[in-house]
Amino acid sequence: MQLIKPDTNIDFVGKRKFALVVSAVLILIGLASLTVKGGPDYGIDFAGGTLVQVQFAEDTDPAAIKNALSGIELGSLVVQSFGDNQNEFLIRVENTSGELQGLSGQIQAALEATYKEGTVDIRRVEMVGPQVGKDLRSKGIKAILYAMLGILAYISWRFEFRFAVGAIVALCHDVLITLGAFSVFGKEIDLPIIAAFLAIIGYSLNDTIIVYDRIRENLGKHNKESFPFIVNRSVNETLSRTLLTSGTTLLVVLALFILGGGVIHNFAFAMLVGVLIGTYSSIFVASPVLIFWEERKKASAKKA
Amino acid sequence: MSNSLKFRGVLVLLCLLLSLFAMAPSLMRNSLPQWWLDTFDPIQLGLDLQGGMHLVLGVDVDKAVESRIDTVIDQAETQLREKDIIFKRIERRQGDRLVILVYDNEEGTKVDTLMTENFPSLEAETFDGAGGYIEKHYRLSDSEIANVKDYAVRQALETMRNRVDQFGVSEPTLQRQSGNRILIQLPGVKDPKRAIDLLGKTARLEFKMVAEDANVQDAIAGKLPDGTQLLYERNLNRSTGAVTENPLVVVDKTVLTGDLLSDANVRIDTRFNEPYVAIDFNAVGAKRFDQITAANVGKRMAIVLDDTVYSAPVIRERIAGGSAQISGSFTSQEATDLAIVLRAGSLPAPVKILENRTVGPSLGQDSIDKGIKSIMIGGLLVIIAMVIYYQLSGIVAVTALVLNLMFISAMLSLFGATLTLPGLAGIVLTVGMAVDANVLIFERIREELRLGKAPKLALDAGYGKAFLTIIDANLTTLLAALVLFQFGTGPVRGFAVTLSIGIIASLFTAIFVSRVVFDFFLQGRDVKRLSI
Repeated sequence: MQLIKPDTNIDFVGKRKFALVVSAVLILIGLASLTVKGGPDYGIDFAGGTLVQVQFAEDTDPAAIKNALSGIELGSLVVQSFGDNQNEFLIRVENTSGELQGLSGQIQAALEATYKEGTVDIRRVEMVGPQVGKDLRSKGIKAILYAMLGILAYISWRFEFRFAVGAIVALCHDVLITLGAFSVFGKEIDLPIIAAFLAIIGYSLNDTIIVYDRIRENLGKHNKESFPFIVNRSVNETLSRTLLTSGTTLLVVLALFILGGGVIHNFAFAMLVGVLIGTYSSIFVASPVLIFWEERKKASAKKA
Repeated sequence: MSNSLKFRGVLVLLCLLLSLFAMAPSLMRNSLPQWWLDTFDPIQLGLDLQGGMHLVLGVDVDKAVESRIDTVIDQAETQLREKDIIFKRIERRQGDRLVILVYDNEEGTKVDTLMTENFPSLEAETFDGAGGYIEKHYRLSDSEIANVKDYAVRQALETMRNRVDQFGVSEPTLQRQSGNRILIQLPGVKDPKRAIDLLGKTARLEFKMVAEDANVQDAIAGKLPDGTQLLYERNLNRSTGAVTENPLVVVDKTVLTGDLLSDANVRIDTRFNEPYVAIDFNAVGAKRFDQITAANVGKRMAIVLDDTVYSAPVIRERIAGGSAQISGSFTSQEATDLAIVLRAGSLPAPVKILENRTVGPSLGQDSIDKGIKSIMIGGLLVIIAMVIYYQLSGIVAVTALVLNLMFISAMLSLFGATLTLPGLAGIVLTVGMAVDANVLIFERIREELRLGKAPKLALDAGYGKAFLTIIDANLTTLLAALVLFQFGTGPVRGFAVTLSIGIIASLFTAIFVSRVVFDFFLQGRDVKRLSI
C-alpha cells in the first residue's frame, strides 16, 4: 500500500509564507492566553500546594465536598471530578503545611466527619512545599535549556550551523505552541509535562533531522538545481515516511490519551499536540527556515 | 547458510533467550524455582505504581545550633557558680549567640578565662551593655556551626533509619539529599499517617518539676514567674474520644532527658486494662533518677514529650533501680509507637515535611492495568498499520517491535531500573517511534526498487543509506533523554530511563534483527519480488 505516490511533488516551499502566518497565529493565540492568565498554569509540583485524590463510596459532588471542607483554612480550593470513576475527585489546595499531620490529614478528617468513616478512600496525596516547588521549576527549565544546547552542538557538528538554527527554531515553535495549547485548554503544567516537552523536542527533532538528512544528500546529488527546489524535493521524498511514523506514534499516544487513566491524561495531551505540531513544523517550519536563512545571506552578500 | 548470517542469527537468539530468562520473574514469580529468582530480579516498580510514600523532610538545623548553645549555657552556668564568679545573667540571643552579663572588668576577665578553657570552640567579643553592665558575647565559629548542622542531619537520618527498621517496612530508602534534606521512600506502606508521625516526631523526652506555687491563671494571661514555662497536659476521654488540654506550669530546667534511656516497652496496666510505656534508664540515668526522686518526695514531676505533658505524677517515694513508666491516655498503637521512638532515640532537631507524595495501592494497580492496556492496544494498532502498509515486510517490522518490547523489559530488570508511570508512557512512546527506523529503511528500499534494482541489492542499499539517518535521528533523542535523566527527579527520571533503554533496544532490533530476518528468508533464493 502507498499513501503518497512516488512522483508526488507538492509545493510546500511555495506555501512557506502562508505557513508562517499559520504558525504566527497559533503562537500568538497561545501567548495571548498566557498573558491574559498571567503565565502558565502551574500544577502543585511547581507552584507548591496540596493535592488529594479521593474516592467516595456514596454519590457526591464538588459543591458538597467544598462545603465539607469549609472549616479548614486552605487558601484557594479547587475540587474537580477525576478520571472515569463516578465519585472520584481531585481536591487541590494552594496552602501547604510542614507540620507532621498537615493539611491532607485535616482534609481527610473533615471528609470523614461529613461522609461516613470508611466510605472515604484517600487514593493519592501530594504535598509540595514552596521551596521544593521552586527547585523543581528551575531544574525543569535547566533540563529543557541544556537539552536544546546539546542538540544545537550535535547538529552543528553533524550538519551545518544553519541546520542547527532551523532545528532549534522548529523546537521553540513546537514547545511554544504546546505551552499555548495548555494555557488555552486550562491544563496544568506538572513535572511529567516537562518530560512530555522533552519527548516532543526529541520527536520533532527526529522528524526534522530526517528531512535535513535528505536535503544534505540531495545537495550533493543535484548541485545544479536551486536551493528551494532541493528543499521542496527532499520534503516530498520523505513525506510518506513522515506521515507513516507520525501516524503510528499518534495511534499509541491516542491509546494512552483515551485509556491511560487520569494521572497520565495531561501527559498524553501534551504528546498529542506535540506530535501533530512536530510533524507540521518539520515540513513547514524547519525546512523553510533554511531557505529564509539562505535568502538573507544572499541579500546581505549583494549589499556588500 | 553463510557464516555471517549464522553468527548474527545465534546472537539474536541468545539475546532473546536472555530476555526470556530475565522477564520470567516479573511475569510469573510464584511458579519459578528459587535459583531463578536469585539470579534475575523482577522489574522494580516505582512508588506511583506499587503504592507507597515518598517524603522529603527538612531538618530544622538552626534549632540544632540553638540547642547546642543551650547545652553550653547549662554547663557554663553550673561552672560559673562552682567558681563563685559573680554574674547577673547568662542567656541565648539571636539563635546562635551566648551572652553573659557581668558587673565589672575583674569578673569579666574571670569569665573569659573560664570560657576559653572549657569551651574552646567559642569566639569571644566584649561590649558595654546598657545600665553599666559588661556584655560578654560568645558565638560558635562558622566551621563549628557547619559541623553542628551537618551532625544534626546525619543524626536525624540515623534515628529515622532506626525507627523505620522497627516500624517494619520492606525495602525502605533513606537518603541524605543536598543541604538539610532527607529523602525517605516507603514502598507499600499501609498507614501513611502513622508512618509520618513515627518518622517525624522529635520525641524529645524530658522530666521537669511542676512549679506548684505558680498561679496557672496568671500564667495563661502571660505572667509567668522567672524560670518557669507553661505547658499543656493532654487527656483523652476514652468513652467520647475527645482530647482535652490542661494547663500546667513547670520549672524551665530539665532535670532528666530521654537520652539516658536504655529501653522502652509497652505494658498493659491490669487494673484499668490500659497500655503504658515502661522505660528503663541506663546506669547514669538511673543514678540521677534516684537522686531526683529522693530530693523531691511529695512533689509532682511532669513527663514531657515534645513540649506536651503526658502525665505529672506525684513522687511518693525515692525510686531506685532506674525504671519508670509513662502513662498517659494512649491507645495501644500510640503506646507502641511511643515505645519505638523512645528506643530509637530523639531527633536532634525538629523536622518539617517539604514534599509528600503518597499513592494508595489501589491507584497504583489501576495505573499498571491502564498502562499495560494502552501498550497492548497501541501496539496492536501499530502492528495492523504496519502489516497493511508493508505486507510481509511489515511482519518483519512487527517481529522487531515485539522483540523490542521484550528487550526493554529484560533490560529494565537486568539494570535494576525502576519502572514508573511516566516510564510506562515512555514505553508506549517507544512503540510508536521504534517502527520509525524500519519505516525509514523500507521507504528507502521502495525507492531503490523503483529505480529498478533487484530485491537483494535494493535491500542492501536501503539498509545502507538509511543507517546514518537513523543514527543521527536517534542519537539526538537519546541526548534529550540523558539530559532529562540528569536533571529530572522522581517519576520523570523513570521516563528518561525507559526512553533511553527503548531507543537503544529499537536501534538494535530495527537495524540488526530485522536484517537478520530478511537475510534468513532470502538466503539461497532467487527472489523476483519483495513484499514491501
